[in-house]
Amino acid sequence: MTEKKIRIMVAKPGLDGHDRGARILARCFRDAGFEVIYTGCHQTPEQIAATAIQEDVDLVGLSCLSGAHRYLFPRVVELLKEQGADDIVVIGGGIIPDQDFQTLYDAGIKAIFTPGSPLDTIVRWVRTNIRPRVNL
Amino acid sequence: MTQKPEEPEEREQLQKIRAGDVRTASRLIRNLEDESPEARNAMKRIFPYTGRAHVVGITGSPGAGKSTLVDALIASFRKQRKGVGVLAVDPTSPFTGGAILGDRIRMQRHAEDPGVFVRSLATRGALGGLSKAVGDAVHVMDVMGKELILVETVGTGQQEVEIINHSHTVIVVLVPGMGDEIQAIKAGIMEIADIFVINKADRDGSHQLLNELMAMLNMVPEFPGGWRPPVIRIGNCFDPGPFAESLGELAAAINDHYRSLVETDLLGDRMKRKTMVEIHEALRDAILAPILKEMTESGEMEEIAGRLLRKETDPYTIAEEVARRRLK
Repeated sequence: MTEKKIRIMVAKPGLDGHDRGARILARCFRDAGFEVIYTGCHQTPEQIAATAIQEDVDLVGLSCLSGAHRYLFPRVVELLKEQGADDIVVIGGGIIPDQDFQTLYDAGIKAIFTPGSPLDTIVRWVRTNIRPRVNL
Repeated sequence: MTQKPEEPEEREQLQKIRAGDVRTASRLIRNLEDESPEARNAMKRIFPYTGRAHVVGITGSPGAGKSTLVDALIASFRKQRKGVGVLAVDPTSPFTGGAILGDRIRMQRHAEDPGVFVRSLATRGALGGLSKAVGDAVHVMDVMGKELILVETVGTGQQEVEIINHSHTVIVVLVPGMGDEIQAIKAGIMEIADIFVINKADRDGSHQLLNELMAMLNMVPEFPGGWRPPVIRIGNCFDPGPFAESLGELAAAINDHYRSLVETDLLGDRMKRKTMVEIHEALRDAILAPILKEMTESGEMEEIAGRLLRKETDPYTIAEEVARRRLK
């Protein structure tokens, strides 16, 4: 059997076209040996959840710089749960004020990385916390 | 290997896939990519139900517009109320093993349509323009009840023609300005098309490309089943009227080609081609792979490499020795 690859989806929910961070992260995940599904800007939470399931990813990384993260991030978690896919881990990044962190953690976002986070910190987080799945 | 009695979960997995459950199907495709033994067992149960879908391969150079065409084709076939599956292949890095799978960016408007299932695959070292799991992933989508399965290859050069082993209809997407008339008579990718698309046909050079293709096709003495590959020019996708019209032409050509395969009995030939590839691959996995694994793990391979580098022996003698020793 070959190794089990980690599959990650990098997505930008909502009305926000600032995707440089998301692209850099996608590239950095590629260089870490992960398979990255990048879906571009302006995605609805519904599109993101459906895509995560179709692609059977281990992790969804959401990037939001528009200020709407308090609605968009939890909504993705909720939709995954509704569709029986709450084993897919959701993390977030972007312009997120400190006082919003706890709200997002409470909503099921497992980690938050804001501007200035070193790329290898993020990769290390993924390697430590994500195990590619085995079961049916 | 003999059949074990079926576990209830295994039966449930098959039932869910036959009912079109995306999560179960997607997980199975994932396990197939990872070459898990359970996934191979699942394929044994799935295989009898395969063979109903029309599989269409789409190939062409990087940036030719394959993903955008696939997106438009999904829309077109959804209007015909067909269930559509898409397998989009992008390259794996030879250095890190990572990959960026970005084909579906162009197809995201269909993400929420339950009649459409798009799955991205990384090549994981396969060289023919596809990934090793593509054949099985096609089977899974077929058993889900997808009537049309679009397989998009990586951006190809001249030689990546493996798509012919996995599809009934091959579309080769060309763009103007890629080379002179000699390119059109070369062997390889230009020979495998059932349908040619000249994409971005609003650009300079599209008439010349059309003429070259026509000249090439005119030199073919006889087409199998009498099917002469049509050449369809498709212009700017931001020019909606003409784009929709030429897209309709392409969708019709896809259906016509399938009908022609059925009527001339060539469909059987194409299916046999895929079956032959599958049995070759399965034999390689069952016979060769375990030998290579054992030789690598025991360190024998390292030792052989050393002897070869010192010219103490040659690969042909080694192969004969190994065959004598292991295949008794």
